[in-house]
Amino acid sequence: MLEVKNLIKRYKAVDAVNDISFSIPRGICFGLLGPNGAGKTTALEVIEDIIPPTGGEVLYNGAHRTSSFREEVGIQFQHTTLLNFMTVRETLATFHSLYQQTESIEHLVDICRLDDIQGQMNNKISGGQAQRLMLALALINKPKLIFLDEPSTGLDPQARRYLWEIIRNIKENGKTIILTTHSMDEAEYLCDEIAIMDHGKIIAQGSPADLIEQYCEGGTISLPRDNVKIHLAKLPYSYREVNGRIEIMPDKVNTGLEKLLAMQIDLAGMMVHSPNLEDVFLNLTGRTLRD
Amino acid sequence: MSWKRIWAMFKARNYEFFRDKAAFGWNFLFPFLIIAGFGIIFGGRDYSGFKVGVFPSAAVPVSFADTTLPQKFISTEHIEFVGFKTFGEGLEKLKHHKIDFLVKLDSPTRQYWLLESSPKGYIVERLFQAGLIPDGVGYGEKVEVQGGEIRYIDWLFPGILAMNMMFSALWGVGYIIVRYRKNGVLKRLKATPLTAFEYLTAQAMSRIFLLVFTLVVVWLGSDLLFSFHVAGSYLDLLIVFVFGSLSLTSIGLLLAARGISEEFTSGALNFIAWPMMFLSEVWFSLEGAPQWVKTFSQVLPLTHLLQAARKIMNDGATLADVSGECFIMLATTLFCLMLGAALFSWND
Repeated sequence: MLEVKNLIKRYKAVDAVNDISFSIPRGICFGLLGPNGAGKTTALEVIEDIIPPTGGEVLYNGAHRTSSFREEVGIQFQHTTLLNFMTVRETLATFHSLYQQTESIEHLVDICRLDDIQGQMNNKISGGQAQRLMLALALINKPKLIFLDEPSTGLDPQARRYLWEIIRNIKENGKTIILTTHSMDEAEYLCDEIAIMDHGKIIAQGSPADLIEQYCEGGTISLPRDNVKIHLAKLPYSYREVNGRIEIMPDKVNTGLEKLLAMQIDLAGMMVHSPNLEDVFLNLTGRTLRD
Repeated sequence: MSWKRIWAMFKARNYEFFRDKAAFGWNFLFPFLIIAGFGIIFGGRDYSGFKVGVFPSAAVPVSFADTTLPQKFISTEHIEFVGFKTFGEGLEKLKHHKIDFLVKLDSPTRQYWLLESSPKGYIVERLFQAGLIPDGVGYGEKVEVQGGEIRYIDWLFPGILAMNMMFSALWGVGYIIVRYRKNGVLKRLKATPLTAFEYLTAQAMSRIFLLVFTLVVVWLGSDLLFSFHVAGSYLDLLIVFVFGSLSLTSIGLLLAARGISEEFTSGALNFIAWPMMFLSEVWFSLEGAPQWVKTFSQVLPLTHLLQAARKIMNDGATLADVSGECFIMLATTLFCLMLGAALFSWND
C-alpha cells in the first residue's frame, strides 16, 4: 500500500531522516519505534506530505501521491491545537465538511467514546479526551491509511489503555495504520511490524517476535546487587546494573541458572524475564529507549 | 475550489469571533468610546482654540475686574483664559506648551510672554496686538457663509470607523493566522483537502463580514447620539467600506503569509498600522504638510478609503465620483491576495 524508498530529510547540517526504506502492506499496523529525536516524526510528516523530502520518494498504491492522497488518509499529529471557542461536536462537523467521503459523526462519537463531551469547548477537555477527538478527526474521512504520531504520549495508564483498545478496533476493521512511538509496550501491543529508528536511520525491522528472536537470544536474570557483587568479575555473561540490581543476560536462561548455582550465588530475590523490544534496542545501540 | 470547505472555515472563524466575548465586546466598544469621547469633548466642533494664561489670578473663572488688558482681546472667541497665582506657575505651563501665551493682568505696560517657536503663541500675540487698536475703518469687508458647515465629528467619524476597521483587519487576520501557524492549527488543516486559496478566501470573507457587521452596529449606535449627516448614498458608502475592508484584510493576509513569531508579526503590523493612522487623515488633515508626505499617503489604502467615505458622506459624491479611490483599493486587494497566496505556508 505504501512504499518508502531512500527517504532523506536534511536540516542544514542535520540528517533528521537518513536514507530509510520500507514498504507497508494493506491492513497491518506498522510502527516506527525509537527514542526521542530518532527522526520518527520527521519521517512520518514527510510520508504524510506535510513537509517535503530532501531526497527519495514515497509511493502510495504504487504511484506518487496526488491531491486525492489527502482525501484517503487520516492524520493524528503529536502536537496540535484545535480551533478555539468551538465544541467537540462543532469541530467534528467542521472537519466533516472538508472531505468528500465521510464517516457519520454519530459513529465516530461512538467508537471514540466522545458522547459525554460533545457539547464541551475544545479547550475544556482533558488530554485523553483531546487525543480521542484527534483520533476521531483522523478517522472522519473513512481513511484507508491512518497515521498516528505518538498517540498516547502524555496520557495516564488508564487513558492510554483506553486509546489502545480503540486503535486495535480500528485495525480489526481492516485499516492500515502507521504509528510512531517510543513506548515498547505500545509497539508490542499494537504493531504487526516494527522499524526501529535511531539517528535518522532504520537499524532493524520485522515483527516484534522476529526482532526479539533475532537480537535477543536468552532472557534476563535479575538479582539484587549484594547477591552477586563479589562474583561480578568472574561472571561468564554480559550484565548491566539497573536500579540497584544486576541484570545478567545468558544465552539460555536454564544454562545461566545452572552456572550461577555452580558459582554458589544466592538466588534469593531473583527475577527472570523474557526479552522485549527494549532489550532489542539496547542490544542494537547500547542505550535504552528512554535515553 | 470547494465552497463547502470555504463555508466550513468561514463558520469556524465566525464562531470564534462571536464567542470570544472580550474581543467581541472590544471591537464594538472601542470605536464607540472614541466617537462618544470626541463628540462630548468637542461638542461636535473642531478643536482649534487658544489657551492664554493670566496672572496674578486665583479666581475661576478668571476675573477681569481690575485688568489693563484690552476688552476686545478678552472678548475674542475661541480663547480660553487660565488663571495662575504667580508668574512662575504660568511660565512653567508656557514652557511645557500647556498654554500658548502668558500675560500679566495688571501690568501698565501690558507685559506678555510667549515661546518664539510656538505658532499658536504667534497667532495669539497678533490677536493681542489687534485688540489694542481702536475700532475703525480698514478692517476689510466681512461676508458670512451660512449653513453647509461640517461638524468636526462628522469629519472624524469615518476616520474612526476606518481606523477600527484597519486594526481589526490587520490583527484579526494577520496576527491570528500567525498564531494558528505557531500552535499547529494550520498544520492540522493542511492534512485535509483544504487548499491555501480556500483557507485564505474563507478568512478574508469572514473578516469582511465581521468588519461590515461591526461597522453597521457602531454606526447605528453612534448615530443615535450624534445624528450624523450623510450627504450621499448609504449604499455607496457601504460599498466603499466593503472595498476598504477588502484591501485592509488582504494586507493582513499578506503579512501573515509566513512566519511563526507573534512578536515579529505584532511589530510588522504596528509598522504598517501607525503610519496609516497618522498619514491617512484619520485624525487631522494633511493640508499644509510637505508634498512628499502627501504623496506617500496616497500609497496607503486607508487614505483612499477615507477620501472616498468623506466625499460621499460630507460632499454627497457618488460611487462614480470616487471610482479612482475604489480602483486603488481593489488593486491593493488583488496584489496583496495574489502575493499572499503565493507566499503562504501552512507550517513553519
